[in-house]
Amino acid sequence: MSVAHFAVGDRVQVRNLEVEEGLAGHMRAPVYCRGFTGEIERFCGIFGNPESLAYGRDGQPAQPLYRVRFRQIELWPDYRGAAADTLEIEVYQHWLKAS
Amino acid sequence: MSQNPPVTKAYHDVGGDDFGPIPTEDGAYQLWERRVDAMMRLLSSPQVGLMRVDELRRGIETLGEDVYNAEPYYGKWARSLAAIMIEKGVVTREDLDAKIEALRVERGLKR
Amino acid sequence: MSHDDHHHHHHSDHDAIEAPDTSNSDTALLADALRLVLIDKGVFSAHDVQDQLSLMDTRSDRNGAAMVARAWVDADYRAAMMADSAAAAKTLGYDTKGTPLVVLENTNDVHNVIVCTLCSCYPVTLLGPSPEWYKSKAYRARVVRDPRSVLREFGTDIAADREVRVHDSTADMRYMIMPQRPEGTAGLSEAELASLITRNGLIGVAEL
Repeated sequence: MSVAHFAVGDRVQVRNLEVEEGLAGHMRAPVYCRGFTGEIERFCGIFGNPESLAYGRDGQPAQPLYRVRFRQIELWPDYRGAAADTLEIEVYQHWLKAS
Repeated sequence: MSQNPPVTKAYHDVGGDDFGPIPTEDGAYQLWERRVDAMMRLLSSPQVGLMRVDELRRGIETLGEDVYNAEPYYGKWARSLAAIMIEKGVVTREDLDAKIEALRVERGLKR
Repeated sequence: MSHDDHHHHHHSDHDAIEAPDTSNSDTALLADALRLVLIDKGVFSAHDVQDQLSLMDTRSDRNGAAMVARAWVDADYRAAMMADSAAAAKTLGYDTKGTPLVVLENTNDVHNVIVCTLCSCYPVTLLGPSPEWYKSKAYRARVVRDPRSVLREFGTDIAADREVRVHDSTADMRYMIMPQRPEGTAGLSEAELASLITRNGLIGVAEL
């Protein structure tokens, strides 16, 4: 099991493990958020890694999961909404790096 | 402001894509569809333990884009479940083909 | 990718149409065959399947509505629901079977809306089966990128000085919205309040 090392409020960038590590197959980090920076909104707990579970494996090492909040005007170049609008998604720790 | 080169997106990873108006159709599921839901719940139950939701998703993500676009919701589930039950050796393709043929005869369906 | 061809802009809460009968489609035959082969092999029984179908009928948006109505009238329940939503659901008889539930409270400052862009995860125990539009590529693609336009298609306009917050359920959490209690409802009973709460309000594409 991986130890949780991000705290609420930390600025984190979503990695692109397909590019960085050649990761292929089932993954739960949508492309639209990769490379972008948000902040940790909450720690959600430790969960089996879906990239492993999806292939009948045991999901280990289990990964800390976080809700990450992004500002919409930073995610989309043409965002049509309010400057205060946000988006939150759950990201597993191995997809995050300190920003 | 992504610092990475664009990745070819998987066909199910649609967040941010351009689409037209949200479709309005909705309706009750047919019995076969409800039974697919029941089947997945049973297969993923602790008692049976033959499926995980992650496997169902992975199966759907590997149906191919044409099937993904053409199949209704529970049709995607059924195809994924069948593929994974075959992958795990719980059933064989021959088991399924034989049963499908039997159902066609029983229902008077022409080929 | 293909586009949906339907250009209707009227979304009632439950737009039911006469669907074509697909019971003898190739996919339905495959589904039925799989179920029957698994029964033949003793993986589960026909009775098990029937039990699951009965349980399905107990999952509807009336469950989520009941939770929200209770939270509106009972401050202790509301606090419990915000602290541990799955446990609070269970005290009313709604068992999410270990799936973490998170209730998101709409306020004067924030309007929340839920989606699952990668598939169509949804709090079925509290809301029943998800609507077709929720599962559509159009909704999943657009609501993260232009939520206010999507909401307008549902007849919902959020003031510019309120934050629209989109939640993409990419992992195990399931979300439900707690809409704001409408004005002028002080005298209503809990049951009457529940009847005001719509499924679309619990998803976040509508206000009440």
